[in-house]
Amino acid sequence: MQLSCIYFYLYFCENIQMVKTLNLAYAYENGEELKFPNIEVSPGKHLLVIGPSGVGKTTLLYLLAGLLPPLRGIISVAGTELNSLTRKEMDKFRGNYIGLVFQQYYFIKSLNVSDNLRLRQSFPKNTNDTQRRHELTERLGLKDYLDEKVATLSQGQQQRLSIALGLIHRPKIILADEPTSNLDDVNCVKVIDLLKEEAEICKSSLLIITHDLRVMSHFQNQVML
Amino acid sequence: MKLSYLAYRNMVSKPLNLLLSLLLLLLSVSLVTFVLQLSKQLGGQLNKNIAPFDMVVGAKGSPLQLVLSSVLHVDAPTGNIKLKEVATLQKHPFIQTAIPVSYGDNYKGYRILGTEVGYLDQYNAQLVDGKLYKKPFEVVAGSTVAQKLGLKVGDNFISSHGLASSSNEAHEEHPFLIKGILKSTGTVVDQLLITPLESIWEAHDHGEDEHHEEDDDRTEEAEVLKEHDVEKEITSLLIKFKSPLGMVQLPRFINENTSMQAALPGFEVQRLIGLLGSGVQTINGIALVILLVSGLSIFISLLKTIRERRQELALLRIYGLRTGQLLWLALLEGGFLAIIGFLSGWLVGRLGIWGLSHYTQNSYGYALQVPGPDMVELLLLALTLAIALMATLFASCSIFKLNVAKTLSDA
Repeated sequence: MQLSCIYFYLYFCENIQMVKTLNLAYAYENGEELKFPNIEVSPGKHLLVIGPSGVGKTTLLYLLAGLLPPLRGIISVAGTELNSLTRKEMDKFRGNYIGLVFQQYYFIKSLNVSDNLRLRQSFPKNTNDTQRRHELTERLGLKDYLDEKVATLSQGQQQRLSIALGLIHRPKIILADEPTSNLDDVNCVKVIDLLKEEAEICKSSLLIITHDLRVMSHFQNQVML
Repeated sequence: MKLSYLAYRNMVSKPLNLLLSLLLLLLSVSLVTFVLQLSKQLGGQLNKNIAPFDMVVGAKGSPLQLVLSSVLHVDAPTGNIKLKEVATLQKHPFIQTAIPVSYGDNYKGYRILGTEVGYLDQYNAQLVDGKLYKKPFEVVAGSTVAQKLGLKVGDNFISSHGLASSSNEAHEEHPFLIKGILKSTGTVVDQLLITPLESIWEAHDHGEDEHHEEDDDRTEEAEVLKEHDVEKEITSLLIKFKSPLGMVQLPRFINENTSMQAALPGFEVQRLIGLLGSGVQTINGIALVILLVSGLSIFISLLKTIRERRQELALLRIYGLRTGQLLWLALLEGGFLAIIGFLSGWLVGRLGIWGLSHYTQNSYGYALQVPGPDMVELLLLALTLAIALMATLFASCSIFKLNVAKTLSDA
């Protein structure tokens, strides 16, 4: 462990990467062990992690978001080693630096579209950046639905809101889990373009995890699981 | 956005759950505040009204009835006593004041009380308009009566026989004249029309004559009554002692040696409040059980919604909220519920007092006040909050065990 730490520092001091993992492994509750290849994402660059269902793609995403503890190895996000953070610090770090876009759409059902976005802007530090909300919803075609309940939105609108919630707080890194798996070809391209565009505007890195081969042609950097 | 706003939105997003918990809270809080307020005001009102007098002497019967009728003016009298019989009492060395009262008529449901001017002094009743009465059939009106019936100095009215407004038998030959209006005293005086004793005697003398003429079969009876009238009867004698010895000796003496009875208002009212007290305690007990049930209802509904909202809670963790903040969110929701439930319950309790006040005002002439919150009610608020927050805390245990990754993957 000590050796690996020293190695880690030597390895990282040269160039700070947005995301970097080293010898990452995770153990499921049943003891099954999962090893991941080392990944690296430079600031402003994107990475596609591709692999068939059941190889632990989502697990990798949760590890990178600090939602699951690794068995071994090191995860660094935006120059911070996640292992070194306490639970409380991790919550704050995640809230500030990481944006998550899920395959399923999760919203606060009791709030309308605008309030869902406002809520995301309020934690961990309260920004309530109206202009940002305005611009983002305008670009994502949600501007006319701000006062709607999320349940009344169409599938496509929910997808776009889910993306908006992933990046309204200008995260350093956007982690997207199967963002295109439920979509037809046209919408698949639309969503990928949208994610890339928004990542560009926020100067964020984008890490997409998918089994959807249609996405492959859109990204230069790819890792196979 | 504040967490309190989210808590509020969460709370109103389940209106049926909210309604059930709120209704239970409302029911218990309104019951407790209503009953406490009622017993407090009743006790206060009673004590204030009996304060000027230590003893009542009247016809034999229930001592409580004697006090209720002669001092508090809510019940029917036990009967009449002869003025001659109490004359010696009035000069007794232990007695400071002894005021004879006589009644039996009303004007639109307000009692006409025949008594001496000294009665007014006992309640510190002062004139706001006009003069005190001097001659029979002159009247000073209590403030409530004057206000409700729109009586002014110089007005005339005709009394009806009996104590209820429904009585049809009127004493038309003897119209009363309002000579003065009294200031509000907050006592029973406000509800009375006060006149010299002679007014009552003369009104009824005439009444008996009429009776006599109309009904020959009852001639004998009427004659007997007339003899009584000649002897001058009063309903009761209200007494204030000069020395505490009077309290010890006189009631016993009167009850054992005369055909009259002596009742002690303080004792009787204490007994009455004691009787009410056990009722109050029973109702409070029931209300407390309802409060606990409402706590249970909050617990169950929150437990259900927290389970349903597991993914939302996981999402909030993704947004960077700590476990403590999620707990705070739940506590805010429970707290809001308790506060809204308490406030609406309190309002309903007060509305109840207000409504009852109209009823008591019309049937007994006693109005109740609708005061602001008091100390006991603040304690009740604390208790309500404590129960709601405990229920929330128990329901929120699963927040500590929330596995964000698992919750989001399971969906």
